[in-house]
Amino acid sequence: MIIIGELINTSRDGVEPAVKERDKEFIQNLAKKQEEAGADFIDVNCGTLIQEEPEALEWLVETVQEVVGVPLCIDSPNPEALKQGLEAYHHDTPAIINSITAESERYEEVLPLLQEYDTSVVALAMDDSGMPKTAEDRINVATRLIEDLMSDGIAEENIYVDPLVQPIGTDVKMGVEILDAIDVITDKYEEIHITCGLSNISHGLPMRKLLNQTYLVLAMSRGMDSAILDPLDEKIMSLATTGHTLLGNDKYCANYIKAAKSNKLTT
Amino acid sequence: MSKNLVELLADLNEDEALNLIESKIEDGTNPRDILEDTKEAMQIIGSRFEEGEYFLPELILSGEMINDIMEIIKPHLVDDGEEDEKLGTIVLGTVKGDIHDIGKDIVAFMLDINGFEVHDIGVDAPIQKFIDKIEEVDPDIVALSGFLTTVFDTMKDTIEAIKDAGLRDDVKIMIGGGPIDEQITEYTGADDFGDDAMEAVALAKKWMGE
Repeated sequence: MIIIGELINTSRDGVEPAVKERDKEFIQNLAKKQEEAGADFIDVNCGTLIQEEPEALEWLVETVQEVVGVPLCIDSPNPEALKQGLEAYHHDTPAIINSITAESERYEEVLPLLQEYDTSVVALAMDDSGMPKTAEDRINVATRLIEDLMSDGIAEENIYVDPLVQPIGTDVKMGVEILDAIDVITDKYEEIHITCGLSNISHGLPMRKLLNQTYLVLAMSRGMDSAILDPLDEKIMSLATTGHTLLGNDKYCANYIKAAKSNKLTT
Repeated sequence: MSKNLVELLADLNEDEALNLIESKIEDGTNPRDILEDTKEAMQIIGSRFEEGEYFLPELILSGEMINDIMEIIKPHLVDDGEEDEKLGTIVLGTVKGDIHDIGKDIVAFMLDINGFEVHDIGVDAPIQKFIDKIEEVDPDIVALSGFLTTVFDTMKDTIEAIKDAGLRDDVKIMIGGGPIDEQITEYTGADDFGDDAMEAVALAKKWMGE
C-alpha cells in the first residue's frame, strides 16, 4: 500500500497558525512522525491561506523535505501554488501533484506542470458536469482522464485515480458504487494506481473510524493500492499492512512478520 | 396506550406515523393540526441531531417523511387564509464552482424547522442566480455555502455583485461550509460565518432580533 500522510493540511487543527507563523519545528515534527509511522508520501496542503498560498506552499515543501527521506504530495487546486511548490522540490523521487481533474480549465492549467516537472498525479474522477454519482460516471470520467493524460505523455504508473469517495450517510449505495468503479478501472489499466481520501465515506455517522477502517479493507480487495490517511492511526495502518499480506502481495508474509516483530501492528 | 403523532414522528416510526395521519384525516382532523404536530416533531428531531443522538441518515429520513406527509394532507388542505408567521426570509445556495450539497441541505433543513422561510437555489449557483432570487423574494438574510477552499474568491465576488446591485444594505450575509474563520469572512465581505447548521440558526435568529 502506498500511504499518503494527510496531516499537514491547514484545514486541520493547529496547522494553519503553524504555517502562518512559519513554525518550522511544528511542521517538521508532524512530517517526521508520519514518515516514522510508515507514510510513503507526505501531503502538504495550505489551501485555506488563499492569497498567501503559493509562498506558504513553497515554504512547506522546503521545510518538510529538509527532515524527511520520503517524497511529497503537493496538494492544491491552484496551479500557481503548485508551480511554486514544485520549484522548491528537490527529492529524487518525483512528487505527486494532488490533483488534476477532467474539468477542462483545471486540466489545461495543471497538465503543463506534470510535463515540465515530470511528476505523478492524483486524477480526480470529476469533470465539468460535477461530482460523479454512479460507478458508471466514475468509470467514464476516469477512463477519459487516463486516456487524455497518457496521450499527453503521462505514464500509466504515474497516475493515481481518485474515484471520489462520498458519504454513505446520504446515499447508502455510494460505497458499493465506488468499489465497482475501482474494479473496472483496475481491470482495464493494470499499471494504474487507485487512491482516495477514505474518511468522507463516514461523514455524518457515529464511530466514523470503524467505517473508514472497514472501507479501506473493502477497497483494497477491489484493487485500491494507495490511500490518503492519517498514518499515526495505528489501527488503520495495521489494517493496510495486513490487507496487503492477505491479498497475496507479501512473499512469505515477510512484511507482515517484520511489522509484527517490530511492534508496528495493533489488533 | 399508543404513542401520539409527535412521538411517532420524532422517533422516526414512519409507517406507523403515516398510518395514524391517514386515519386522522378520515376522522376529520384538521390538516393544520397535523402540520403543527409535524413541525413540533421536526424540532425534536433537529435538537436530537444537534445533541448527537441522531445522525445524518436519520435527518434525511425525516426530510422524506415530511414529503410523504405533505403528499397525504395536501389534497385536504383548504386555503383558509391562515399563514404561518415566519421569523425571516433566507436565500441560500452553494456558490459557483462548488457542488457540495450536504452541509447546505442540513442548514436549509434546520433553518426551515426553526421557522425561517428558506429559498434554496441549489449548488454551483451563478452570481446572477443569487441576485435574481434576492430581487424576487426580498430576503432578510443571504447565506453562501462552499466547502472548497477555492471558492472564497467566488464568495467575495458574489457579495461584491450584491453590493453593486444595490442590495447589500437590505440583507445580512452569512457564509459557511468549509474551513472558514474571521479572516476569511472579512476577506469575502460577509457579515459573519457559522461552523455548522446550529450556528447558522443561532446567527439568523440573532439577526432577526430573536
